[in-house]
Amino acid sequence: MARATSTQRKLGTTLLAWAVGLLIFFPIYWTILTSFKTEAQAISDPPVFLFFDWTLENYSIVQERSDYMRFLWNSVIIAGGSTLLGILIAVPAAWSMAFVPSKRTKDILLWMLSTKMLPAVGVLYPISLIFVEFNLLDTRIGLVIVLMLINLPIIVWMLYTYFREIPGEILEAARMDGASLGKEILYVLTPMAVPGIASTILLNIILAWNEAFWTLNLTAANAAPLTAFIASYSSPEGLFFAKLSAASTMAIAPILILGWFSQKQLVRGLTFGAVK
Amino acid sequence: MSLRKLLAAATALTVAGGTGAFAQTITIATVNNGDMIRMQGYTDQFTEATGIGVEWVTLEENVLRQRVTTDITTKGGQFDIMTIGMYETPIWGANGWLVPLDDLSDEYDVGDILPAMAGGLSHDGTLYAAPFYGESSMIMYRTDLMEQAGLEMPEAPTWEFIAEAARAMTDRENDINGICLRGKAGWGEGGAFITAMSNSFGARWFDEDWNAQFDQPAWAETLNFYVNLMNDAGPPGYSTNGFNENLSLFQQGKCGMWIDATVAASFVTNPDESTVADKVGFALAPDNGLGKRSNWLWAWALAIPAGTQQEAEAKQFIEWATSKDYIALVAENEGWANVPPGARTSLYETPEYQEVPFAQMTLDSILSADPNNPTVDPVPYVGIQFAAIPEFAGIATEVSQEFSAAYAGQQSVEEALEKAQALTNDAMEAAGYR
Repeated sequence: MARATSTQRKLGTTLLAWAVGLLIFFPIYWTILTSFKTEAQAISDPPVFLFFDWTLENYSIVQERSDYMRFLWNSVIIAGGSTLLGILIAVPAAWSMAFVPSKRTKDILLWMLSTKMLPAVGVLYPISLIFVEFNLLDTRIGLVIVLMLINLPIIVWMLYTYFREIPGEILEAARMDGASLGKEILYVLTPMAVPGIASTILLNIILAWNEAFWTLNLTAANAAPLTAFIASYSSPEGLFFAKLSAASTMAIAPILILGWFSQKQLVRGLTFGAVK
Repeated sequence: MSLRKLLAAATALTVAGGTGAFAQTITIATVNNGDMIRMQGYTDQFTEATGIGVEWVTLEENVLRQRVTTDITTKGGQFDIMTIGMYETPIWGANGWLVPLDDLSDEYDVGDILPAMAGGLSHDGTLYAAPFYGESSMIMYRTDLMEQAGLEMPEAPTWEFIAEAARAMTDRENDINGICLRGKAGWGEGGAFITAMSNSFGARWFDEDWNAQFDQPAWAETLNFYVNLMNDAGPPGYSTNGFNENLSLFQQGKCGMWIDATVAASFVTNPDESTVADKVGFALAPDNGLGKRSNWLWAWALAIPAGTQQEAEAKQFIEWATSKDYIALVAENEGWANVPPGARTSLYETPEYQEVPFAQMTLDSILSADPNNPTVDPVPYVGIQFAAIPEFAGIATEVSQEFSAAYAGQQSVEEALEKAQALTNDAMEAAGYR
């Protein structure tokens, strides 16, 4: 009897998990599917699911119209650069907060997070003026800096949470053995926190990859990443959903693949410490 | 080395990597629509002829507006040419943000630009943006459904006729709505439609002292007429429908009539996209016997921001893109139905173009719109579906949100108008008009 209940419960949980999974995946599935339809099929009602003439026409039009590789390259540099820069700054910051906290550490953490509570558009003009002053408009380095600053609170918070799970005594032991501060962070702390750091990096690459306010407002032709590539296919006067879907699929494909290959690392990192 | 110098050096390095192969390259911000995309395909010919390279930054309309407005107000200097509309041009021109286009070549023939377009793109008689294409709004209707209903569409119908026809054509069982109209919030979406419609009912946004007029009977009449009509004959959920949603409904044969941008005519008559391509008729936007019709006027135009380093090259591009020769180029390669409409008088005098089914009605609609004299009673502003003051976009977006809430049944028409009246007067007082 007990076994029957547990099988039933397992079945219920599995079904629920599948339902939630499919629900979350559906918009992506639909985008990919639409990218293989003609514009007329894309808006047809009732919608067509699988039985239509698949076409690659949209992809060839998008390829012809836009220089995809340039956008992709910009995305890689901006997402990768801002994440690496952020990690370099956040590791020491999180170390000090986790292992030598002061009276104000909690307040600082909260204050850092509070910068995320202001809508981005509220500082559009100040940031734009700074960019104009420093000649940073439409440069990759400008975007690397801005996206790093935007994501820094999240990086610090995540690393802080992981570091706190690591017993301070291990670091103390290293210190007793004569390790300098740099060595302690590099050779003792970092290897132990690799899953945490890895998942922080992955999450931040995803966040920076999808950031679509600053990357649109601070770029023109040179530094525009894939978000600008997608935006160029959205139209309020005309139905170009199939082309828009093709552009979206091309823009999310690299990050989707990255996520697929690193899912183990990602899941491990995100649940790190939860079962201790 | 100061931080500033360091950053500037790093920037110079990054930029150096990105410049193109041409001695001169101009950057153009533009909107994503069929005519603009088509032009991008022809820019190689411009580059070959002049040696000037062209970089395109194509954005969705709302993003574009935010992007170019930020750039021009912060003197960002990212663009040599900006695609802007009739709303921005007179305001920016008055602020000295745009290079006046008063020295275009004789060959270009400025006098050929349709007067309504030139008027809406000028400030104090000086042209600040050259129209690439222009549009008004008109009625597109299903000839077969009209016949079934036993009615005949006049060339210049009244709202009374439209309401009668819409109710007669509605067939809920077969999913056919008599009429599809915009209801979506946003000053350029549902806001544009209801403002243009209200003009024909004798309503106006402001009196001559900039007092909001939503407490006047003409506005209540407009909104009640719209809501009753849409509830009886409109599609379900119309309060969230904009241009694209209605286009999709019409192309699938679910609308008897649709009043919207003249540019839609080429979509609904295209057999590749539309299931009703051969059954579409056109008529002027309706009136109410008060002397004003409910059609709007809009142009996407090319302007040069003041302070660009490449003014001469930018002017050269604008002369090419909005010339008679460009129209001829597109006509030769893609047929007359695909040339950018609504900008030049000479286009409508071309015999081949007169054969395009929607050409004459588009011209008549444009000619019947007068942005300098948009309402029955006098107003202190220019613009038909908008008032060309910087505060309008913000105010009208809020007002249209109140209206959409009324369409969705979340509040009554009276409540929506009361709120619109209060918020408009508050904003105008804060801005120093009253």
